[in-house]
Amino acid sequence: MADVHLPATLIPLFADLPRHVEVDAGTVDEAVDQLESRWPGLRDRLCEPGPRIRTHIHFYVDQRRASLDTPLDQRSRIEVIAAISGG
Amino acid sequence: MARTLLLVGTRKGCFVLESDEARRDWNLRGPYCENWPVYHAVYEASSGAIYAAAASEWHGSAVWRSGDLGETWTLSSEGISYGENGKRLSKVSNLAASPGRVLVGVEEPGIFKSDDDGATWSLLSTLEGQPGSEGWNDPANQPPGHLGISALMLDGDDTSRFWAIVQGVGLFETGDGGTNRAPRNTGLRADWPREHEEVGFCVHKLVRSPADPSRMYQQNHVGMHRSDDEGQTWTEITEGLPTEFGFAAAAHPHDRDTFYVVPLDPGHGRTMPDGHAAVWRTRDAGSSWQQLDNGLPTEDAYIGVLREAMAIDGYDQPGLYVGTSTGQLFASADEGDSWNEIASYLPAISSVHVVVLD
Repeated sequence: MADVHLPATLIPLFADLPRHVEVDAGTVDEAVDQLESRWPGLRDRLCEPGPRIRTHIHFYVDQRRASLDTPLDQRSRIEVIAAISGG
Repeated sequence: MARTLLLVGTRKGCFVLESDEARRDWNLRGPYCENWPVYHAVYEASSGAIYAAAASEWHGSAVWRSGDLGETWTLSSEGISYGENGKRLSKVSNLAASPGRVLVGVEEPGIFKSDDDGATWSLLSTLEGQPGSEGWNDPANQPPGHLGISALMLDGDDTSRFWAIVQGVGLFETGDGGTNRAPRNTGLRADWPREHEEVGFCVHKLVRSPADPSRMYQQNHVGMHRSDDEGQTWTEITEGLPTEFGFAAAAHPHDRDTFYVVPLDPGHGRTMPDGHAAVWRTRDAGSSWQQLDNGLPTEDAYIGVLREAMAIDGYDQPGLYVGTSTGQLFASADEGDSWNEIASYLPAISSVHVVVLD
């Protein structure tokens, strides 16, 4: 299971959303799908139509900047960062 | 004893200030909406709900809703999207709420509706086919602020008839829920070239007299204007004001001829002229204007007021409320004759909405 680490800004928006979530997914996009199925509306907070990742949201898979089609393996660590975007 | 609530949308969330009928002492609560930038917050009386249009730099646009006057909130953006058709939705910017339907304006210009108390949304109109619409989605044509639909005004509780301002383009009216529209800019002034006869006007704020629905006022990029026929035609009433520019406006609840504006420096500053804070009032439908500054800072006050940041209540002696883009909130309980600063250190204020609860 890949391990998704979510930004603190996301937590108050969804009931019972933890900071760390385990997913069984082949790509980042599939991981977002799994989050969406458990917390409806969550995809829209991370992604825009396209689909593409929102401008100031960054995904890293095992320390490397990732896109929605970046592949995952069973031990991947996915970090979702709400990047600094001004004061 | 009546309760008076101010819903204050700011760059860092929504706040609620509460007072009684006297409107002297205020308690502040917030910030709400997880500190998201709130562009407009309004109250819908039949459901008792507050709605806040907010757009996070990180997490996108959503409409927040509170059914308990701000104590708890939920948000939804379900359906607020142009999908994959190529139009980009940069933010939700303006709300209009009525029993059974809430409208939200967005950029690129479009209007979404919710018929289930803000839980889900669907596209009502992009005003496609209106003169000017062929160019207003081009980022090069979009004014700073990127509000798109910068204002929505319902015809009372009738959701089939409403007015919408497309920022930098003009005012439009629909009488059938948004299917058909007509520009309502006849008589307005523009000091720049226009490609269409009916549009190309920079309407900043539209208000309607509760005492006489045929009477409307608008603060325009160039001048103050009055309409006596529900926006069909406009007459300029700028003479007597210190500048022709401003954003905010308010109409007296009981007197069709009394109306308030906050003139600003029209250059890059867009602050009170000469650092002298003042609200201006006409009691004769714009034939003459009176400067109101008793209690406002009249020296070194380079403060601005955005288009949704002035409100007026409906008491027998109405109270006025003005929020600044530097976080001061001023209130008057005597129709603008005297003012108090009731909050000094809020984030930049985008909107002020007043609610009186019996």
